[in-house]
Amino acid sequence: MMYVAAVFLPLLGSIAAGLFGRFIGDRGAQVVTTLLLGVSAALAVPIFTSVALEGHSVIVPVLHWIRSGSLDVSWALKFDTLTAVMMIVVTWVSFMVHVYSVGYMAHDRSIPRFMSYLSLFTFAMLMLVTSDNLVQLFFGWEGVGVASYLLIGFWYERPSACAAAIKAFVVNRVGDFGFALGIFGIFFLFDSVSFDTIFAAAPAKANTIVHFFGIDWNAITIVALLLFVGAMGKSAQIGLHTWLPDAMEGPTPVSALIHAATMVTAGVFMVARMSPLFELSNTALMVVTLVGAATAFFAATIGCVQNDIKRIIAYSTCSQLGYMFFGIGVSAYPAAIFHLFTHAFFKALLFLGAGSVIHAMSDEQDIRRMGGIWRHVKVTWALMWIGSLALAGIPFFAGYYSKDSILEAAFASHTLVGHFAFAMGIAAAFLTAFYSWRLLILVFHGKPRADERVMAHIHESPAIMIVPLMVLAAGAVFAGWLGRDMFVGHEEAGFWRSSIEVLPSHPAMEGMHHVPEWVSMAPLVVAGSGIALAYLMYVFAPSLPGWLAGSMRRVHLFLLNKWYFDELYDWLFVRPAFRLGRGLWQGGDGALIDGVGPDGVAAATRVIAQRVARLQSGYLYHYAFAMLIGVAAFISWYVFNAR
Amino acid sequence: MNDWPLLSLTTFLPLVGALFILAIRGDDAKVVARNARNVALLTSLATFAVSLLILAQFDPNSAEFQLRETAPWLPGTTVNYAMGVDGISVWFVLLSTFLTPLCILSSFGAVQVRVKEYMVAFLVLETMMVGMFCALDLVLFYIFFEGVLIPMFIIIGVWGGARRVYAAFKFFLYTLAGSVLMLVAMLAMYFEAHTTDIHALMAHSFPQAMQLWLWLAFFASFAVKVPMWPVHTWLPDAHVEAPTAGSVILAGVLLKMGAYGFLRFSMPMLPLASEYFTPLIYTLSAVAVIYTSLVALVQEDMKKLIAYSSIAHMGYVTAGIFSVTTQGVEGALFQMLSHGVVSGALFLCVGVVYDRMHTREIARYGGLASRMPKYATVFMLFMLASVGLPGTSGFVGEFLVLLGLFQVNTWISLFAATGLILGAAYMLYLYRRVVFGKLTRPDLMAIFDMDLREVAVFAPLIVVVLWMGVYPATFLDPMHASVAKLINNFQLAQAAQSAVPLAAR
Repeated sequence: MMYVAAVFLPLLGSIAAGLFGRFIGDRGAQVVTTLLLGVSAALAVPIFTSVALEGHSVIVPVLHWIRSGSLDVSWALKFDTLTAVMMIVVTWVSFMVHVYSVGYMAHDRSIPRFMSYLSLFTFAMLMLVTSDNLVQLFFGWEGVGVASYLLIGFWYERPSACAAAIKAFVVNRVGDFGFALGIFGIFFLFDSVSFDTIFAAAPAKANTIVHFFGIDWNAITIVALLLFVGAMGKSAQIGLHTWLPDAMEGPTPVSALIHAATMVTAGVFMVARMSPLFELSNTALMVVTLVGAATAFFAATIGCVQNDIKRIIAYSTCSQLGYMFFGIGVSAYPAAIFHLFTHAFFKALLFLGAGSVIHAMSDEQDIRRMGGIWRHVKVTWALMWIGSLALAGIPFFAGYYSKDSILEAAFASHTLVGHFAFAMGIAAAFLTAFYSWRLLILVFHGKPRADERVMAHIHESPAIMIVPLMVLAAGAVFAGWLGRDMFVGHEEAGFWRSSIEVLPSHPAMEGMHHVPEWVSMAPLVVAGSGIALAYLMYVFAPSLPGWLAGSMRRVHLFLLNKWYFDELYDWLFVRPAFRLGRGLWQGGDGALIDGVGPDGVAAATRVIAQRVARLQSGYLYHYAFAMLIGVAAFISWYVFNAR
Repeated sequence: MNDWPLLSLTTFLPLVGALFILAIRGDDAKVVARNARNVALLTSLATFAVSLLILAQFDPNSAEFQLRETAPWLPGTTVNYAMGVDGISVWFVLLSTFLTPLCILSSFGAVQVRVKEYMVAFLVLETMMVGMFCALDLVLFYIFFEGVLIPMFIIIGVWGGARRVYAAFKFFLYTLAGSVLMLVAMLAMYFEAHTTDIHALMAHSFPQAMQLWLWLAFFASFAVKVPMWPVHTWLPDAHVEAPTAGSVILAGVLLKMGAYGFLRFSMPMLPLASEYFTPLIYTLSAVAVIYTSLVALVQEDMKKLIAYSSIAHMGYVTAGIFSVTTQGVEGALFQMLSHGVVSGALFLCVGVVYDRMHTREIARYGGLASRMPKYATVFMLFMLASVGLPGTSGFVGEFLVLLGLFQVNTWISLFAATGLILGAAYMLYLYRRVVFGKLTRPDLMAIFDMDLREVAVFAPLIVVVLWMGVYPATFLDPMHASVAKLINNFQLAQAAQSAVPLAAR
C-alpha cells in the first residue's frame, strides 16, 4: 500500500490541480500538489530503509496491461536498491522544487497548470524507476518526455519556448526509436519484456548471433546498443544533446527538476538497470564509455564560453551525464549512480540558485549584464558557492566523492577506452571548475554591469524559495560523505545486491580502491587550476578573455555556436524533410498520382467525349453519308465472305 | 433474449429511425429540423445500447462466428441472408454504433440546411456500416460494402465544402473502380466453390494460381479503401470537403473496411496468395508511413494534415495484418479501433474551430490556448494519442504492430518505426501553430471555448482513449481466439502447400 501510494499520489495531485484548478484556486492547487508530493517523499524514506538497507526487495503487481500471444505486460512496481535510491532523489528534489515553485511562480497566470504538470512529471518519473518491465519503463520514459514538452512550452506565447518544446520531444523521439527497436529485439531474443526473465536468460544468449537489418550481430550487443540510443536521447549525450540547452526556455524550477536532477538521468538509470545485459557485451560497454567520455569533454568546452546563466549550467549537466555514462561503460555502475545521486542535489541547487538570481535581477539571464550583486543576495550567493564547490569536486563536498570514484574506476579499468575516458574526464574536470568560477565571478563579484533600475530592484528571494535551496545545499554538502561507504565503499555489494550486476572480468569497482596516489589527486589538482585560471582571467586580468576570443576567433566561434550541431541538423534533417514533404505532396501526389490517375483519366475521358460529340453535327447529310459508308462496308464484307 | 436477432436489430434499427424522420412533416422548418435531430440522436443511442447487448452475449473464448442468423434470401440460389460476428468484427460493429451518435450530436450546430435529409443519410450510413461488418454472405457483404458509398457520396456532395463535387466524384470513382474488380472475383469464387457463404468459403481451398488473381482483384478494392499508397489521393480531398461528421465516419469506420476485408477475405480464403504478396504489402505500407508523414509535415490545411496522418497510421495496420503474428494482427486490429476513435476525435477538434471561424487554414489560427483552455486540453490529449503516447490507445496498437513485425522482418519494422519520429514532428508542429503562440488575430480575440454539447461529444471519446491505453485487455481479450484461429489456418495452408510438391515427388 505504501509502495503504491508513493507512486500514485503525485498523479492524484496532478489530476486535482489540472482538472479542478479553477475550483480550488491557485493556492489550493499549490497546497494539494505540494502536500501530496511531500507525503510521497516521506514515504520514500521508509521504502529506502526497508528495501535498500534491510534488503526487502518487492514487486507490487497493479493491473494487467497488454496481453497478446506470448507478450504479457503488467503494470507492476518493482522496488530494489536501485529503485529506492532513485525514489529518494526523485521525490525529494521534486518536493523541494514544488515548494520553490510556490514562490518562483507566484506572479504567473496559470499556477494550477504549472503545479499539475510538475506532479504529472513526478508520477511519470516514478513509474519509470519502479517499472518491472521494459514496456512500463517506456511508459514512464515517454511520460516524462511529454511532461518535459509541456513544461518547456509552458509559456506557450513565446515562439522560442514552443520551438524548444517541439525540439525536445522530437529529438527524444529519435532516441525512443532506438529504444523501441531495442525492446522489440529483446522480445525477439527472450520472448519476454520483464526484467527478471530477461536477466535470468541473458547469460545463455551471450554468444547468440542474430541477423538484424541485414547484418549478423552478437545478439546482446545489438539490443544493448539500440537501448543505448534511447538513453543517449533522454540523457542528452553527444549527437542527441541539442534539445537540452534549448530546454532552458522552460521556467527555472523545471530546469532544476527535469533537466538536471531527474529526467535526464533516466538514461543512466536505464542502462544501470540493464546492467546484466550490458555486462555481457564488451562492445556495447565500449561504445557507452566513448560516448560518455566524448560528451563529458565536449559539453564542458561549450560551457566555458556561453553567456546565458542557465545554458552554462545546462551544458554542465550534459557534461556530468557524460561522466555517469563512462562510469557505467567501465562497469562502475555504483559509482555512476552515486554521481547521479549527488549531482541531483548540487545541480538542482545550482539551477534553483540561478533562478533566485534571475528573480532578483528582474528576469535577466545574461551573465555579461550581472556582476557585483553578492552583497544584495548573500544567501543565494553562499548557496551558489556551495553548489559550485560540489560541482567542481572540491574535497568533502558531495561531488568530490562521486566524481573521484568514477575517474578512479575509469583508470582502474585497464582498458584503452577506460584510459581515454580518464583523460577526457580529467580535462573536463578542469573545464568544469573553470566555467563554474567564471559564472560565480561574473554573476556575483566585480563591478555591477546591470543598469541602475535593475540594481535598485535587487532583493533576496522569499523564504519559500530559500528554504528548499538550503535543503538541497545540505544534500550537496553531506550526500557524498554520507553515501560514500554505502554506494561505492567496501559495503557496496551488500547495498546494491542483485539490482546491479557486474561480471568478475570487469574489476573496475574493486580496482578503484587501489589506484596510484597521483590518480586520486589529479582531479583535485586540475579543479584547483581551473579555479585559478578563472580568477586570473576574470579578476586579475579582465582583458585576457577578450584578447583570447579575438586571437582565436575560429575556436571561440566554434564553441560559442555549440560545435554547429544545430546548424548541421537543420541542414541535414529539418530542411530536407520539409523540402521532401513538399516535393512528394505537389510532385508525387499532385502531379504524378492524380495527374496520371483520376485527373488524367477524367481529362482523357473529356477529350474523347468532345471528339465523339463533334461527330453529332446535326446535319442530315452527314448522317446520310455515314449511313452510306456503313452500308457500303457491310455489302463489301458480305460479298467478300460469300465467296 | 438469447434468441433475439441482435445483429439484424442493430443493423436495421437506424433504418427504422430514418423512416421516422422521413415521416416528419411540418410547416415550420425549425421544428422539423429539431425533431429530425432528436429522432436521429435517440435512434443512434438506442442502436448503441442494442450493440452493447451484442457484446454482452459475445463469448470471448470462442473463435467461431456467433449470434448467427440465417434465412433463405434469393430462392433458387445458395445466396442466404447470413449474419454473425467473431472476435475480429465485433469491435467494429461497436465502433460504428459508438461513433454515430457522437457524429449526429456534433452536427447539431454545424448542419443547418436540409437537416432532415442529413440525418436520414447518416442513419442509412450506419445501417450499411453495421451490416457490412456482420454480413456472412458474399452477396450481402457486397451490397452493404457498396451501399456505404451512397450515403457518404451524398454527405460529401451536398453538405461538403467548396470543391465538394470534385471530391465526392473522386471518392466515388476511386472506390467503385476497385469494387468492380472485387465483384468479378466474388463471382469467380462462387463458380469455383458453389457457395456464397463466407464461413464455407473460408474452409474451401482455392487453387494457387486462382488465388493470385482473386487476391489481386480483392486487393484493388481493399487497397483503395484503406487507403494504401499510391491509391490514397482521394482521401485528403474527401476529408477536406466532407462536413466534420462525415470526416469522422470516413476516418473512423470507412477506412477500416479495407483492412477488415483483408482479414475477412484475403487472409483466410487466399492464404497462399497473401503469403506471396506480403512483400508488396510491406513495401507499400512502409512507403505509406514515411511518404505520407513527410507530406503531412508541410500541409497548410488542418483536415488535410490529419487525413495524411490517417494514411500513415493505416500503413501500420496493413503491415501488421500481413506479419501474421499474434501481436501484429491484434495490434493492427487495436490500431484500427484506436485510430477510429482518435482520428475521429481529431476531426471533431478541427470541427470545433471550423464552426467558429469557418476556415481550416492553419495559418489563420494561433494562440487558441489562452481563449480556449478546455479545447487546448482536449486537443492535446488526442494529439498525444495520435503520436502514440503510452497510456493512450495509440501506443498499444503501434507498439504491438511494430513488435510483431520485428519478429518476422526487422527492416520493415525499422522503416515503419520512423513513423514514431515523423508522427511526433507533424502533430506537434500542427498543435503549436494552432493552439500555442500569441493570440494576435483580431477575429480570434472573441472566440469562445467549448460549450456543454461539445464537451458531451468529447467526454466519451476521452474515456475510451484512456481506457484503451491503460487497460487494453478489455478490447484485446475477445480478439485472441479468433486471431489465433486465423493465424493457425493461415499456417496450416502454407504447410499443406509445401507438403504438396513433396508428396508428388
